[in-house]
Amino acid sequence: MKEFLTDLTIGGESISMRLLMKFTYRGDKYAAFTPVQSANSSEEEEIALARVLKNDGGKCYEVITNDDGDEIFAEFERRYEKKISGNKPLTTLEYQRLNWFQRILYKFKQFFVGIPKWFAKKFVKLGLKIKDFGISVWENIKDIGTTFKKGSWKTRVSYLVMGFGNLTHGQWLRGLLFFLFEAAFILYMVFWGGAWLGKFGSLGTVATIEEYDPILDVYTTVHVDNSFKILLYGLITIFFIIAFIYTWRLNVKQCRILDEITASGKKIKTSKEDVQSLADDEFHKTLLSLPVFGIVMFTILPIIFMILVGFTSYDYEADGYNNLFTWVGLENFNQMFTFGSQLSLAFGEILAWTLIWAVFATFSNYFLGMFVAMLINKKGIKIKKFWRTVLVMTIAIPQFISLLYVSNLFADNGIVNATLMNWGWIDKPISFWGDGTLAKVMVLVINIWVGIPYLMLITTGILMNIPQDLYESAQIDGANAFQQFCKITMPYMLFVTGPYLLTNFVSNINNFNVIYLLTQGGPPHFAWGDVGGYIAGDTTILITWLFGITTGSEANYKMASVIGTMIFIVVSVLSLIIFTIMPSTRREEDFS
Amino acid sequence: MMNERIENGEVFEFYGSETKTVESNIEMEVAENFTPEYTDIFVAQTDTLSTSTTAVANKGRVSQKTKNRVVNIVIHIVLAVLCFVWILPFIGIVLESFRCESTGLAGYLIPKQWGFDNYARLFTFQNGLFLKWYGNTFLMGIVTAVVQTIFQLSVAYVLSRFRFNGRKFLMNLILVFGMFPGFLTLILLYTWMHDWNLTDANAPYGLMIIYVASSGMGYYIAKGFFDTISKSIDEAARVDGATRLQIFFKLILPLSKPIVIYTILMGFMGPWGDFVMATFMANNASAGYNVAAGLQWLITDSMKNDYYTTFCAGGVVVAVPITVLFLLLQKYYVAGVTGGAVKG
Repeated sequence: MKEFLTDLTIGGESISMRLLMKFTYRGDKYAAFTPVQSANSSEEEEIALARVLKNDGGKCYEVITNDDGDEIFAEFERRYEKKISGNKPLTTLEYQRLNWFQRILYKFKQFFVGIPKWFAKKFVKLGLKIKDFGISVWENIKDIGTTFKKGSWKTRVSYLVMGFGNLTHGQWLRGLLFFLFEAAFILYMVFWGGAWLGKFGSLGTVATIEEYDPILDVYTTVHVDNSFKILLYGLITIFFIIAFIYTWRLNVKQCRILDEITASGKKIKTSKEDVQSLADDEFHKTLLSLPVFGIVMFTILPIIFMILVGFTSYDYEADGYNNLFTWVGLENFNQMFTFGSQLSLAFGEILAWTLIWAVFATFSNYFLGMFVAMLINKKGIKIKKFWRTVLVMTIAIPQFISLLYVSNLFADNGIVNATLMNWGWIDKPISFWGDGTLAKVMVLVINIWVGIPYLMLITTGILMNIPQDLYESAQIDGANAFQQFCKITMPYMLFVTGPYLLTNFVSNINNFNVIYLLTQGGPPHFAWGDVGGYIAGDTTILITWLFGITTGSEANYKMASVIGTMIFIVVSVLSLIIFTIMPSTRREEDFS
Repeated sequence: MMNERIENGEVFEFYGSETKTVESNIEMEVAENFTPEYTDIFVAQTDTLSTSTTAVANKGRVSQKTKNRVVNIVIHIVLAVLCFVWILPFIGIVLESFRCESTGLAGYLIPKQWGFDNYARLFTFQNGLFLKWYGNTFLMGIVTAVVQTIFQLSVAYVLSRFRFNGRKFLMNLILVFGMFPGFLTLILLYTWMHDWNLTDANAPYGLMIIYVASSGMGYYIAKGFFDTISKSIDEAARVDGATRLQIFFKLILPLSKPIVIYTILMGFMGPWGDFVMATFMANNASAGYNVAAGLQWLITDSMKNDYYTTFCAGGVVVAVPITVLFLLLQKYYVAGVTGGAVKG
């Protein structure tokens, strides 16, 4: 039984009331809650309660029967308990009185005030998770023990020979797969895996040895260890071992189930039925197998590998082949963040520019794109379809063509400079890409040129969805165009496109094309010197820096890894903040 | 509306249901914001109407009309200028691709001597290297379109319709790893592909694998679309004895034509615009370039003077088919993009 405090609006008045909620757990996963009315609740309060359940409950039920009942419980608790304790949040009515700017400010404040508590909660949650994990491991071990004790001899043999239980119970397909997996694992570990894993701790000791060739009478260089391969295959071996433990556990569990089914005299699923169910109840396994395998091998494994590289000394000199690299702990991160060093200076300034760029690029495109869409949507504008088609056409043309061309338009001897000189407006060419500040402005402006058609396209449909009678009644009430925009269009757009803004912001942080194709990250910023084997420039953002470091002749992989990890941290932290304060994602109940 | 996102991974689901209620929100908002003034203004308006003569009222209406007309004309001019600015670079590329008198940067748009020299040079450049790039990219586009569509739709369908252990874990995993810059993986993947001889001159084959392997991570838009298809259709079919496989192929896919076409279109267009991966995987072996990497090579500083107009011709040859295809399927693109924007 839990008690919650909530704000309810009854007849225009905000009333704080206590809600008693009873959470019932069904089985181990599903939960449902029912309201418990207090004995002295008035009729009004009961109506309000009914309304809460109608507004809130409908969806909660839906989600609760979905996945994790506990999550919902925690979420519900968080939402209402927050109101009881600490930082006095506004009531619904007070919040409604704020204008949108104040609302955002308020959310900012709420967010930052809430940070310590959030951390505390996450910390506790983490502790609980670890506890749960520990318990589940212990339960599993216990279960393995009891299965062995109580199981039939077939089950006990399966502990050593995987799939034996399945095979003897007639499930030859499963049994065979288990057995083959075990055989493959043992062969791999004996012939390769063990060796890779053994060197994983040191990443190799001997790079090359000189070997005497008695026939030719020369010494030849023979490569022995390869740090890169050791790191990679060591990691794959670890993945493999985890997969093996999981499969072994699955095998034991299946044997137990088979024992139980035999004891109860029911029919065991045949291999034919197994195959059939892959197209039916287990269809998700069929559909997911390849895509998930691809994601694991081509995204997750490489990314974990690259994160690990950040803790080694891997670069063009210590390439792992001619010269071995080794674990260095946090040294690379230290180097990056030692206050006052060139690298940390460059990192700070590049990060700042990356964020400025992402904010400007996102919002300038957003508002201007919306503006253009509104211009085209306006009543009385002819050939709307033509205007749209012209703009949409520019999306179709691959960016590298348009951007490379535009970059040359503004080159020192490009058309823009030549034309301006012809007209006598300037004496010598303006160096659009040679001056740091000018280059930054140019990049932002050209990005607007690139981005407006997309935003026009996205917002057009949504703008047309806004009910026209809202505008008409607003006009009757004497609202001018600007007021209409602020009070009707903006809230609606922010609400609907909030998530798009976020994804757009994140993709702008990693917007390689616009920056690289226009400026290659230049003009060079020599004050930073050679940062990670690469001369970074004024318009360099983190991702082009990463590209420069990796592709240069003095490739510095360890720093690339550090930068990549930093990009991840920046992106995830910002996503979290934006998700928390975005009107459409949080405290949305206050909007209604 | 009290429903919030439960966890990052779940966020995308919620927009589907939330957007439906937007209308009422806004209405309430507006009602609240405007009711106080409503009565005052209404009174004021009736006052003016009663005191003024009809002639004055008519005059006011006329001036309002002319004002509107002026505004509309201004907007038309603005739009014309905007469209001109947007289309200018493309006109420029086409014009410069016909320039015969010089091959470098010229400083003027309209050629003094017109001809197809640049196109001839383009197709004969290093024994038809451009055709090789074009073929590479086309092949990658086709393969990516097919496999990526299968992968993305599979993942989207499963995450939309099935509830199984580890579903949320999978979604969170994809979300978290999606926040790393994808470029980071290339350092390892290059070495890997190099071992199988799928880099440098063979880069297109390696790239193909890389493009499609992780494409399941981009399931969001298709999932948002599947979520809007009522689950009762599935249930009815289940009652009638259809397997999940049959439901997917015979019911859901035919209903999802726009998103299928959108996914195919995106898959096909991806390799034409990819510059980073293509450059990295080809590692200066020009036979392994795609059009983006190849054409960019033509206007690097050392080549620019001889091949700038050739680059323009190449741009036209690449852009025209893509643009035509895009305009033909524009409807589906808009459906996908706007759907994605609304649902995350």
